[in-house]
Order: sequence, then C-alpha cells, then structure tokens
Amino acid sequence: MAERVFMKGCEAIAEAGVRAGCRFFAGYPITPQNEIPEYFARRMPEVGGVFVQGESEVASVNMLYGAAAAGARAMSSSSSCGISLYSEGVSYCASARLPVVYVNVQRGGPGIGAIQPAQQDYLQATKASGNGGFQMIVLAPATVQECVDMVYEGFELAARDNNPVLILTDGVIGTMMEPVVLPPMKSDEELAQLKEKYGVTKRACIGHPLGQQAKCFPGSAGTGQELVNKEAEKLYATWDKDVRVEKFLVDDAEIIFAAYGISARISKAIVKQLRAEGIKAGMIRPITVNPFPYDAFRDLDFNQVKGILDVEMSIPAQMRWDIDFAVQGRCQINECRRSGGQLLTNDQVLEGARQLIKEVL
Amino acid sequence: MEKVYEKTLGVLQDVVSGFCPGCMHGTAHKLVGEVVQELGMLDKLVRVEGVGCCGLGQMYVSHDVIIAAHGRACAVATGVKRSSPDSLVYTYQGDGDLASIGLDETVSAANRGENFTVIFINNGIYGMTGGQMAPTTLIGMKATTAPFGRKVEEHGYPMHVCELLAQLKTPYFLVRTAVDTPQNVIKTRKYIKQAFQNQIDGKGFSLVEIVTSCPTNWGYSAKDALTFLREKMFEEFPLGVYRDKDKEEA
Ligand SMILES: Cc1ncc(C[n+]2csc(CCOP(=O)(O)OP(=O)(O)O)c2C)c(N)n1
Repeated sequence: MAERVFMKGCEAIAEAGVRAGCRFFAGYPITPQNEIPEYFARRMPEVGGVFVQGESEVASVNMLYGAAAAGARAMSSSSSCGISLYSEGVSYCASARLPVVYVNVQRGGPGIGAIQPAQQDYLQATKASGNGGFQMIVLAPATVQECVDMVYEGFELAARDNNPVLILTDGVIGTMMEPVVLPPMKSDEELAQLKEKYGVTKRACIGHPLGQQAKCFPGSAGTGQELVNKEAEKLYATWDKDVRVEKFLVDDAEIIFAAYGISARISKAIVKQLRAEGIKAGMIRPITVNPFPYDAFRDLDFNQVKGILDVEMSIPAQMRWDIDFAVQGRCQINECRRSGGQLLTNDQVLEGARQLIKEVL
Repeated sequence: MEKVYEKTLGVLQDVVSGFCPGCMHGTAHKLVGEVVQELGMLDKLVRVEGVGCCGLGQMYVSHDVIIAAHGRACAVATGVKRSSPDSLVYTYQGDGDLASIGLDETVSAANRGENFTVIFINNGIYGMTGGQMAPTTLIGMKATTAPFGRKVEEHGYPMHVCELLAQLKTPYFLVRTAVDTPQNVIKTRKYIKQAFQNQIDGKGFSLVEIVTSCPTNWGYSAKDALTFLREKMFEEFPLGVYRDKDKEEA
C-alpha cells in the first residue's frame, strides 16, 4: 500500500531500495550520502537482507558484483570521488551483464572535492563510468519523490536489461526532506516470480547439479568479447523508448532553460518569474541523462527559440556537450554555472537569464 | 575388480589443460574437486576466481564459476556467501592477486571472518603476465621487473600471507602447504577438506596457501624448479599450520 511520509532524500532512496526488493547493500562512508548506508544498516535486519560496510568503495562494488552474480537484488551508493572507485566493479557488472543499482549523491570535484552538493560528474556518469565503452540508463531525480520512484523502477530496468542502472543525484536532494509517497513493499512471492521472469534463478551462481554449470563471465578473449559487446550495443539501441524528459512551457518559448536535477528546480522557479513578467521562457529537463533526450532540443523551432541557458552546478559545464550536439549551432547557448559546493541561487540564474535575454531577444 | 581410484567429477573430464609443464595448479584443482565431491557438496560449490593463471581454471572445473576482477575475489566472495549462505564458496587466487592488488580485500575479509574458503597459490611470481615481481618473490630472485633480482633496499622482503593474517584474531584456519610429493598432496588434501568443512560448520575464514613452482617464469626445467621450490621457497615460506581454532579450543 502506498504511504505518505516526510523523509530525507538519502533515507527515502534506501527505503525505496528495500521496497523494490533490494536484499544486499554494500558501501563505504562518504559525505553527503552516509544516511543511505546507515539506513540500510538499521533496515536490512528487519527484512532478512544483508548490509556490509565494505573496506573501500573498490571492495563494496565488487561485493555487489558477487551478490548480483548470486542472484540477489543488490544496491550501493557513494559520492563523486568514491564513485571513481566504482569504475572497475561497474564495468565488470556491465560486461557480465549483472543487474545492479547504484547511486551517486554528487559532491564537488575533481579530486576529493568539496563535500557540498555539485553536479560535477555528468560526463563520467553518462559517457564513461568505467573502461570498455559500456552504457547505463542514468536517471536524474529533481525531487525526493523522484528519488524514490527512480530507485524503485531502477531495479526493474536493471533486471529487464541485465545491466547496471545509475541514479545521478546530488547533495542537495540527498540531504533535504520532502513529503513522499512510498511505493508498496514487494513481497517475497513477487520477488521470486520476478527472479523466474528475468531468468535469475537459472543464471545465479549459487551452485548447480553437474552438467548445469553457471558462469558469471565479465568478457573473454577474442570473439567471445566481441559477441558480448555486440549484444550490449543491441541493448543500448532499445533505449529510445526509455528516454524521459520534462518540457515545461516549451511550446511558445523564446528562451529555454536546460537543466537537470536540483538545477532544474531552481530554473523552474525563474521560468515562472519570467513568465509573470511576460517573457516567454520555458525549460527542458532531461530526466534520463542517458539516454539523453536529444530530440527535445533537436526538434525545437529555432525561428522561435532564440537562446538556451544551460544551468549546471559544474565548472566547466558538462551537459552543455549534449545540448551542443543536439542544437548544432542553431541558436545561442549561454551557461549559468557554479561549482565547489556553491549552490546556484535564484538571483544568479535570474541574472544569467537577463543577460541571455539582452543578447538574443 | 575393486575400484581403487576414480576421477573426480569436480573437474571436467575431457579437456586438455593449458597449464605449463611442472605447474601445480592442476593438482590443486583436482584436490578441490575430490574433497568437495567427498563432502557431497559439488552441486553447491561456487568458485570465485582471481585473475592470473588461476583464472584458467574456469575452463577445467565443472561447478559454478564467478570471475572476479584482479584482486577482488574476497570481496566478490563476500557478496556471494552473504547473499547465498547455503552455497559452498571458495576463492582461488595467485599471489599477485591475493597479496598485492587484492591485499586489502583479503585482509578485510579474513578480519571480518567471512565464512568462505580461500585457496591461495603462492608461486613467488606473476605467472600469467610473464614473470614480473610478486610480493612473494624471493630476495635475489630475478623477475622481468626486477631484472637484477629482488633487493631488500628497493623492494623489501617477501610478504608472508599466513603470518600476516595470523596477526588477526578472527581468521579460523590458516595453513601453508605444498603438493610437491605424494605425502604433501595427501596433507594438502586433508587441509583443503578441513577448510571446506569449517565453512560447512559456519566457523568462518579458512585459507590454504599452497607453495608451488612456476618453471616457465622462474626459468627452470620442471625438475630444477622442484629443487628450487624445496630449497628456497620452503625456506622462506615454512610449511605448517599458522592458525587452527579447532585445536586452540580443544
Ligand atoms: C586491474 C588489473 N591489473 C592488472 C591486470 C593484469 N594481470 C593479469 S594476471 C596478473 C598477475 C597475476 O599474477 P598472480 O596473481 O601471481 O597469479 P599467477 O598468474 O601467478 O597464477 C596481472 C597483473 C589485470 N588483469 N587487471
């Protein structure tokens, strides 16, 4: 039964995982996502699940790999410099086609980075989260409710595709409290049925009678590897249907804000303010940052749209690359950015918008 | 006629192994297969294998295999055993895998007392990649990345895994053994069986280190490698039981 509660982003993420059937969590402490492992540490014993504090992110993600290979619904979380250490394990999961869900509650970077919120990992998350050119569905929530929904659904997407799913959020959403409706708890029977449906029962490396050996194989020499890569490519090509985007007042807009996650919430407030002044502003918010909603930008009427303001908590801007790729120089693109744990303020975004309006309208 | 010997079902019957002449990986695989067959647990057996020559084993065993990233076998095995406690889980790792890139995962799993079995093949060298220096390479021994031989001033002394882990309170069973003679094979078989029985009994972390030869990368004939193994390797890595809580508690 759905339930409405007031919850912190990180804790809501963890509870959504439990309700989606996650029974294995491994992670290593790092701010600003400690509430996720802490929540799992308390919660897992109640549902017969496993919580392990790994000795490092490297170990944690490899524990995840093992748990997923053994057929468990497994999840982990970290932040930015910790996520760098996930590259190895996530790449192995992608190669062995294991369904895992992990969360990046972004903080500053590069390097250890400020512990405060940032959106400094966009390109890593969407283009190359590890070696080998694999891809993942990357979901970018803008509210605590979306965190919950995306984690819950993330497990289904991961199971459907036998591929890792990344939730890309940040220290603002992870640490703020909002009212959320929690999804129903998946029952053991339901989870057992899902295991059958997705072929997990057969594939799980938990021991088999002779002649029915199961192998978890992250790539192999020569032709075997090429086969794996071709299969993966086929999967990625099916993701057109999974593209998700929020278009806010875009139809008649002359200037468009482009933002994801927390930056989109700030941008939306400014769009409303500009509309009240009679300025035709709108916003495109990628919800899946991979697959990216290129069409939302590509199909704009550039006789009408005069300029785009890319709003990101990242210097240099990173999502800008994807917008440029879709727009192909057909209108001016300005940037409004902050980094190092400095939050974008309404005033700053408004100022960025006024500058763009001055230049293009 | 009385049946006195039977091939183990734990390894595949009709494959030709790619291990070098004089390599002892084959014996170790066979012993694991025999012992687990004897325990009646082959259908529960999950091998988590490291990267290196130990990683060739997946082509020769008949049970479930998870291939781990280089050094991460003990973390992967933690994930497997914790989420599937009824499985019989073992890692199979070389010295570079277990004691260099994976040392953290090894020590931490041992210290948590993870309830799985580790089969550790110490051949004093990186086999798969062609003879580079390992943490277990002997002083004076040449490696492709220590062409003038391992030097204390530059590389430090060889690392002793059983002794290192014996500093921890948690591990249940730590033993260093060999498979160079029939007597040692019989002994090792006993140790491997004990290490798996410990897991079945829920006793925690058990590690069997097998000191082996690597004729190819040591640059010896199989026969001379045996001499080196006995004269030099066993001197640096004394065989014996380093921890057996069964005995302590008795
Ligand atoms: C992250 C990573 N680094 C390096 C390698 C390359 N590599 C493959 S096997 C190996 C050495 C293995 O040596 P050891 O663990 O001693 O096992 P052996 O081959 O002697 O059995 C190395 C360094 C790798 N596969 N992955």
